[in-house]
Amino acid sequence: MSKNAVAVVGVGQTHHRSSRKDVSMAGLVREAAVEALEDAGMTWSDIDAVVVGKAPDMFEGVAMPELYLADALGAAGKPMLRVHTAGSVGGSTAIVAAKLVQAGVHERVLTVAYEKQSESNATWGLSVPMPFSPPLVAGAGGYFAPMIRAYMTRSGAPRESGHLVAVKDRLNAVRNPRAHLHMPEITLKMVEESWLLWDPLRYLDTCPSSDGAMAMVLGSEKVAAAAPNPVAWVHGMAMRSEPTMFARRDQINPQAGKDCAADVYRQAGISDPRRDLDCAEVYVPFSWYEPMWLENLGFCAEGDGWKLTAEGATAFDGDIPWNPSGGVLSSNPIGASGMIRFGEVAQQVRGAAGGHQVELKTGKALGHAYGGGSQFFAMWVVGAKKPE
Amino acid sequence: MRDVAVVSFSYSTVAKEQMRNEVEMLAPVITEAIDASGIARSDIGFTCSGSFDYLQGGPFSFVMGLDAVGAWPPIRESHVEMDGAWALYEAWIALQTGEVDSALVYGFGKASQGNVHEIMSLQLDPYYVAPLWPSMVDLAALQARAYLDASGRSERDLAGVVAQAMRSARDTPQAIRSGEPSIEDLLASPYVASPLRDADIFPTTDGVAVIVLAAGDLARSVNKRPAWIRGLDHRIEPHSLGARDLTRSDSTALAAKHAGVASGPIDVAEVHAQFSHEVLILSEALGVDPSIVNPSGGPLAANGIMSAGLVRIGEVARRIMDGTANRGVAHATSGPALQQNLVCVLEGE
Repeated sequence: MSKNAVAVVGVGQTHHRSSRKDVSMAGLVREAAVEALEDAGMTWSDIDAVVVGKAPDMFEGVAMPELYLADALGAAGKPMLRVHTAGSVGGSTAIVAAKLVQAGVHERVLTVAYEKQSESNATWGLSVPMPFSPPLVAGAGGYFAPMIRAYMTRSGAPRESGHLVAVKDRLNAVRNPRAHLHMPEITLKMVEESWLLWDPLRYLDTCPSSDGAMAMVLGSEKVAAAAPNPVAWVHGMAMRSEPTMFARRDQINPQAGKDCAADVYRQAGISDPRRDLDCAEVYVPFSWYEPMWLENLGFCAEGDGWKLTAEGATAFDGDIPWNPSGGVLSSNPIGASGMIRFGEVAQQVRGAAGGHQVELKTGKALGHAYGGGSQFFAMWVVGAKKPE
Repeated sequence: MRDVAVVSFSYSTVAKEQMRNEVEMLAPVITEAIDASGIARSDIGFTCSGSFDYLQGGPFSFVMGLDAVGAWPPIRESHVEMDGAWALYEAWIALQTGEVDSALVYGFGKASQGNVHEIMSLQLDPYYVAPLWPSMVDLAALQARAYLDASGRSERDLAGVVAQAMRSARDTPQAIRSGEPSIEDLLASPYVASPLRDADIFPTTDGVAVIVLAAGDLARSVNKRPAWIRGLDHRIEPHSLGARDLTRSDSTALAAKHAGVASGPIDVAEVHAQFSHEVLILSEALGVDPSIVNPSGGPLAANGIMSAGLVRIGEVARRIMDGTANRGVAHATSGPALQQNLVCVLEGE
């Protein structure tokens, strides 16, 4: 069976802030969706189906909120799906939506991911004590800090490796008016002197807590041909999951991440991601995850990730910019963060990234999301040209 | 569309699981369904599940659920915060892309850990309705009253639905409730929320359900009589109860039209009716006679939250696979007062 081609024909996102008191949850998702529809030259009635993604419902205290959002997203009378795969959800939601087109079931699909973190408190939403389970009472940072220390031991990376990413991504965010954090004054010294939260993570090594939404309109080849603006073609997409309680897991360099990357590179014809991609938007919620994922995604040999960062290879003017938008370290509406990665790379290959547009050479870029305790991965490669 | 079939189905229910957590409930049923499918666990192409964090009272209920699957080496996997029937829809889409030839689908939930009637209130508009805490039974009662007033049917008709379900459930090992209640006895019991009595309302149920799907020749090679999915569609309606006609289920009728329910005779129907009046509303929307609806007893007999919709597909598929039915329709629902509905047409070959 041959799969149908899929293109991103419209992208929209909110301005991400610590608290979007000016909008309800419905208003937040609608803001992103309306912008994506306008970009695609469409109205609500053009859409065949809606796919919504977000992280745990407890982050806002609304159970299955897509039911309540059906009206705001113009879904009445249409199919509506709600994806939830932990932090990778923004990416997997886009993939589920793209598969509806790839399978030939729909022509035009609206996909939206969001989080309105100001409605609740994510750290404690993540830390509900469960009977018969070891308590995790420090949120995501408390979970990932030991993994980072293990990475430092394995790779011999110096302590400043993470701080360099923290500075780089915040300076990238200055180019992006939608980013939550704008810190043009940030320096390595500021990061090093910020509060120590979970050794070795300091306050400025961590992502903010944001309200925000991302939306895309995905279309078939026929829809792409009629699109008013340049489109981004999906060249490959993949998801992988591995178990949680399993002694053979390597949480520092997870097999699921390696397998997912290998699958998506195979589909997109990428043999050397550092050479064959123009940029990558990768889910880096804590600064150290840039060097860790550089290795996991095959941009360098194992143990060398921190060197790429230190050399400036991943900087905005480096040979393989990572997170030119400022990344998760600059905006983190959790459920949307994966889809922001996917949508930002679509904007890059469309030449529509504005102030943070990178130079296009191969015209291909990688969007990445991960979730849980690094068990869940979703990735796609998009390109300016239609895949052969 | 590519030919895709149900080749295996297992499920279990219990009124209140006292000993086991969700993973422990899932593991044996997943193993049973995979063993019966004739497909090796390591050959399954895609896995998708449905669950609901608020039943567990913690985030990421699906994360540990995956540990019942044996996801090593890492697998292609996804999850919907919806009934397992919608996980089956996502798996069906994955099979339609041609990327995989088989899929494992499961839904699970342990509703007895909380008050499910109140938990479902958190599905409502968070600004204007949820703060009033109407329970799902209160909303169902509003719908039942509107339906009785509009249709000219009576509470005696609702009792008739319950009596039929309880009689049918006597042959279903997974039934939490079954028996031969008289109409008079049912009508003599007190209201929970008028016009609904206890027997009109699903019993709280902990449950898990597992289906294995396979495409084309693989399905034929592992199963003598696979239950082919001939149509699969789902639709949602506006959220606000005031914006819908509660006396009918337009989204079910629309999904039924797209799934092609009317394009052949229907021998068996299983509907995800959690309240007695919903059997009548859904039968009308699907265009089937209530007498052939829910031969298993349906959700009035056992209603594992997050698996009961998938069970409806399984119960129809089981009857096709064993040759007692040739063509059937299954239905699943989500949201307050039948807001979102899925329809699946299955057929033998």
